[in-house]
Amino acid sequence: MERKKLIPIPSRGLMTERDIGKPPILDIHSLGIDFGGLHAVEDFTLVMGRTEITGLIGPNGAGKTTVFNLITNVYQPTRGVILLDGIDTKGKSTYQINQMGVARTFQNIRLFGELSVEENVLIGLHNQIHYSFASSLFRLPGYWKQEKQAREKAGELLSIFGMQDLRAHQAGSLPYGAQRRLEIVRALATNPKLLLLDEPAAGMNPAETAELMENICKIRDTFQIAIMLIEHDMSLVMGICEGIAVLNYGKIIAKGTPDEIKNNPVVIEAYLGKKEEEGAC
Amino acid sequence: MSVFSTILRQIINGLQSGSIYALVALGYSMVYGIIMLLNFAHGDIIMVGAYIAWLCMARFALNPVLAILFAIIGCVLLGVSIEKVAYKPLRNSPRISLLITAIGISFLLENAAQMIFGAGAQVIPPFFTVPSPSIGSVEIPGTAIVTIAVTALSMVALTLLIQKTKMGKAMRAVSEDTGAAQLMGININRTISFTFAIGSALAGIGSVLYCTAYPQATATMGSMLGLKAFVAAVLGGIGSIPGAMIGGFAIGLAEALVSAVGLSVWKDGVVFAILIIVLLVKPTGILGRSMTEKV
Repeated sequence: MERKKLIPIPSRGLMTERDIGKPPILDIHSLGIDFGGLHAVEDFTLVMGRTEITGLIGPNGAGKTTVFNLITNVYQPTRGVILLDGIDTKGKSTYQINQMGVARTFQNIRLFGELSVEENVLIGLHNQIHYSFASSLFRLPGYWKQEKQAREKAGELLSIFGMQDLRAHQAGSLPYGAQRRLEIVRALATNPKLLLLDEPAAGMNPAETAELMENICKIRDTFQIAIMLIEHDMSLVMGICEGIAVLNYGKIIAKGTPDEIKNNPVVIEAYLGKKEEEGAC
Repeated sequence: MSVFSTILRQIINGLQSGSIYALVALGYSMVYGIIMLLNFAHGDIIMVGAYIAWLCMARFALNPVLAILFAIIGCVLLGVSIEKVAYKPLRNSPRISLLITAIGISFLLENAAQMIFGAGAQVIPPFFTVPSPSIGSVEIPGTAIVTIAVTALSMVALTLLIQKTKMGKAMRAVSEDTGAAQLMGININRTISFTFAIGSALAGIGSVLYCTAYPQATATMGSMLGLKAFVAAVLGGIGSIPGAMIGGFAIGLAEALVSAVGLSVWKDGVVFAILIIVLLVKPTGILGRSMTEKV
């Protein structure tokens, strides 16, 4: 899928051209949360198209992961509205948000390390497996059929990253890169409409990062979902994101296409600091 | 009686009481695994199960099968309601608050039972009579065979449930990382309730089996049984399900062997000595994983 330019949505920001006319997957308006007296996130407004890849960047401590925690209702926002596929997420539990179509990965990998690779994916498939407690207790045909389907589905998902042969391995014993990939597979297993990736390229070498970029695009194209990612690796962000939001001290300081962001003086200042004024020592 | 037959008899006794400890220890370990709570009210659920069985059989003269069913269902309902009423509101409180609440619930149940049923023991009529076969000169009590068989079956069922079903996987996921499990769409409240239900059902089964061996109900019967099962859970490695099974049988056998050498007054002392030794030498127990504090 080719990248298209961003089109402004009245009062809400930008959206990819190909998603215009379809309801946005995510529509966040004036979102804010306070921790004590600190405005950790303030006046965060963002709209995301249904198949858009959006980057959320900013210096350490800017509040990027907090935004993820707000979208998934791990934190309850102090102010603002989050519309997920048109539905207000206020008051929903985290697991309900997942059932509404948001899945995420973690900055510090949080796999179920003592479980097998396949079991991790099966846990992601939890809400797509339907059998009664009785049929699992007595091993009725419904149980076998559902379990078999779930395992096949898990195999398919693992094959996206070529991990189908690792299914019996303990998740915690996998090499680092494979653990990161498994986290994405597990998140995809929950059948999301919006996938949140928290620093997917952290700790990867340039070759692995390049492969990851391909895979992120492949996931978007195959599953036709929106992906929001937090990342410090600018080659990845500039390479695959269609829209970028830059966060600093909890506020969006710039939004736009990669080219606009690259040349935005406010962004450069946030990352590199202000030029010393003449006369100052 | 020869030395051999004494030992054989004591091993069977040990396996019988060990079965009950194991069933109760499983409830301790499962609950600890999932919400890091030492549920000290767990032993008293057995006491309530025994009283339900007594009410059904002695008061209402119900069929023993119904009595057993009601006892187990009663334990499940009690366990789940205790979690909903007493523990759930404290989910985000310090763990010590939960622990104190559990001890409070334990006292509440014991004293309520004493108030309702009186301080004396109530005799429970036998649920069933089974023939007692003999090996050589040793007669093996039929109740012991039933107890060991039922326990073995329950453990197989539990293992399959935890390893092979989606609810079992959800339980393991929640026990490893509650937050991540939630973000995978797992309903935490339902999973915790389910864990309490399964743990209490095992306690209910344990209660019925206990009553076949010692057919009477008293208000405080759950406290010593619960404590010993707790020791079993710690010995096996608290949080570990196979550990609870091993720990239960180990405690039962240890007690029986102490009795076999003629020191039966030291039975309880030995159990708690085991607890002290485990805590000193290997606090994580036989199969426990080492705990890393989450920050």
